[in-house]
Amino acid sequence: MSTTTATTVTGAAAPPAQSRVGSRTLRAVLRSPSGVAGVLIVGLFILMAGVSAAGLLPHSPSAQDATVRLQPPSVEHWFGTDQLGRDTFSRVASGVANSARVALVAVVISGVIGTVAGIVAGYLRGLSDTAISAVTNVLFAFPSLLLALTLASVFARNWFTVAVAIAVGFAPIFVRVARGPVLALREMEYVAAARATGMRAPSIMTRHILPNITGILIVQVTLTFSWAVLAEASLSFLGFGTPPPAASLGSMVYDAQSLMVAAPWTMLAPGLTLVLLIVGLNLLGDGLRDALDPNRKGK
Amino acid sequence: MLTRLQAAPTVRRIAGAAFTLFGCAVAVFIMLRAIPGDQITAIYGTEAAALSEEQRESLRAYYGLDQPLIVQFFTWLGSVLTGNLGYSSRTQQSVLEMTAQSLPVTLQLSVLAILVALLVGIPLGMLAASRTNALRDWFGQGVALAGLGIPTFLLGTFVLGMAAQSWGFNPNGLRYARLWDDPWLNLQQMFMPALVLGFAIAAPVMRTTRTAVLEVRSLDFIRTAKAKGVPPARLRRSHVLRNSLVPVVTQTGMQFGFLLGGAVVVEQIFSLPGLGRQVVVAMNQQEYAVVQSTVLVIALLFVLVNLATDLLYQRIDPRVRAE
Repeated sequence: MSTTTATTVTGAAAPPAQSRVGSRTLRAVLRSPSGVAGVLIVGLFILMAGVSAAGLLPHSPSAQDATVRLQPPSVEHWFGTDQLGRDTFSRVASGVANSARVALVAVVISGVIGTVAGIVAGYLRGLSDTAISAVTNVLFAFPSLLLALTLASVFARNWFTVAVAIAVGFAPIFVRVARGPVLALREMEYVAAARATGMRAPSIMTRHILPNITGILIVQVTLTFSWAVLAEASLSFLGFGTPPPAASLGSMVYDAQSLMVAAPWTMLAPGLTLVLLIVGLNLLGDGLRDALDPNRKGK
Repeated sequence: MLTRLQAAPTVRRIAGAAFTLFGCAVAVFIMLRAIPGDQITAIYGTEAAALSEEQRESLRAYYGLDQPLIVQFFTWLGSVLTGNLGYSSRTQQSVLEMTAQSLPVTLQLSVLAILVALLVGIPLGMLAASRTNALRDWFGQGVALAGLGIPTFLLGTFVLGMAAQSWGFNPNGLRYARLWDDPWLNLQQMFMPALVLGFAIAAPVMRTTRTAVLEVRSLDFIRTAKAKGVPPARLRRSHVLRNSLVPVVTQTGMQFGFLLGGAVVVEQIFSLPGLGRQVVVAMNQQEYAVVQSTVLVIALLFVLVNLATDLLYQRIDPRVRAE
């Protein structure tokens, strides 16, 4: 284990300019068919969320119109309308934007806290490692959905508290993902050299440790993003997510339960959107892993 | 001699699990204290507004809320350890009693779901590994991707809705029947939930089986067995599959937490009165004492299963045993 990580480290020890790494990674991702599919699908959803956030949707996602209740898909209403006469496409698009916002904040919070804790635990070892690992183990003892559900039920609910509730369960994943490779990195000669020149621990961690685990972190961010989307939708389905009237893919599926056979589009539109979004993120994650993880290169 | 060597890591793991459980109790306690507003309001709801300041004070003293937090914690922990998990303020039923009713439901659902996952995931993984990058591999990988991509709540809603609204099959609309009261109805009620929950875990089981089979097949002893003339069917069964199952067991154990989370959703959709439904109902009714204890019970269950997986892993993998 430590030897494979060691080759990773020396390979990436002298990081070239950031933009070149970025474009090289993208090219590598685009080499595999699943990577291409992932990039396309995720790009489509970013566009959808952007259009919704910019207020450019064909209809208002919350405007009710009793004259057009439960209309099947048409030119005017691409994905039909729901039982209150709201445009399903606009609601789906604004649901995607909402999911993306919650997932993004959840991933940023859990990613930053988890990574910092993981690097500190792995590099400093000793008491801080013991304490951080203990907290991580405790958080891992709760199923992450249950943890998010409990926190969401306790907080006053808005999209931000939902994001925080989701983040708590995902932070320990980043701790474990970061800590492992850091344990090997801290034994590297160039780190010892930095230490010998009098570089202090915080600088070593940010300048020499962090850049060498970014590849693993990027993959983990993509996967965690898909889990956060799933968690937000599940919470909304159970009635503990983003509160109405804001559209959420999970609560749309819940509302469509009894209409499934009579008006299948009310369920298929949010349901298939959610599936496509999660699959797209997973494909992108797989593509990134193949591109960034040297242990899998050539396989 | 051997037992002494084996005992050390076992004892260490058990101690670690006990320590984690203590941490879980602290975490659950803190979560409950994080509720906005004070405990009296949480217990008495809107009636709390009618309480005078003296009444509030005496209630706080009665519930021990005037004690320092650390005292409150150990008092609470002490009562939990002696089996007092608190009471529902609506039904006056003890949480221990409620849990005694709901735990078997969740356990039965979990066991059936794991069975479904293994019965789907292992053969599919072996099929996919039997020829990589062939049609069967793509098929297996596709099913796995669908398992990862289709949320449990969506599949559950869809299956329940199709069965009930199109075919009129809705055993879950009836009152829940316990296994020992009405086994036939019970199994009908468990059928769809177990399939839905099992499908979600089949994906990781399939992926693990595929990777493990591919890895084991490339090992030297397989080449030796082939050269010795072991018939292909026997080779697959007793050499490849047997050795591939080690990571599958670990993986399945690790999925248990996900299973318990998924059970919350599935029990809600299919109206099964398990632990998950107990939590969600209590959350909706703001019965925080019930939420607190039930979440703790679920964490206990999860930690115990992880411990069991760890110990089982030591037993079945001779390489780990030798270390």
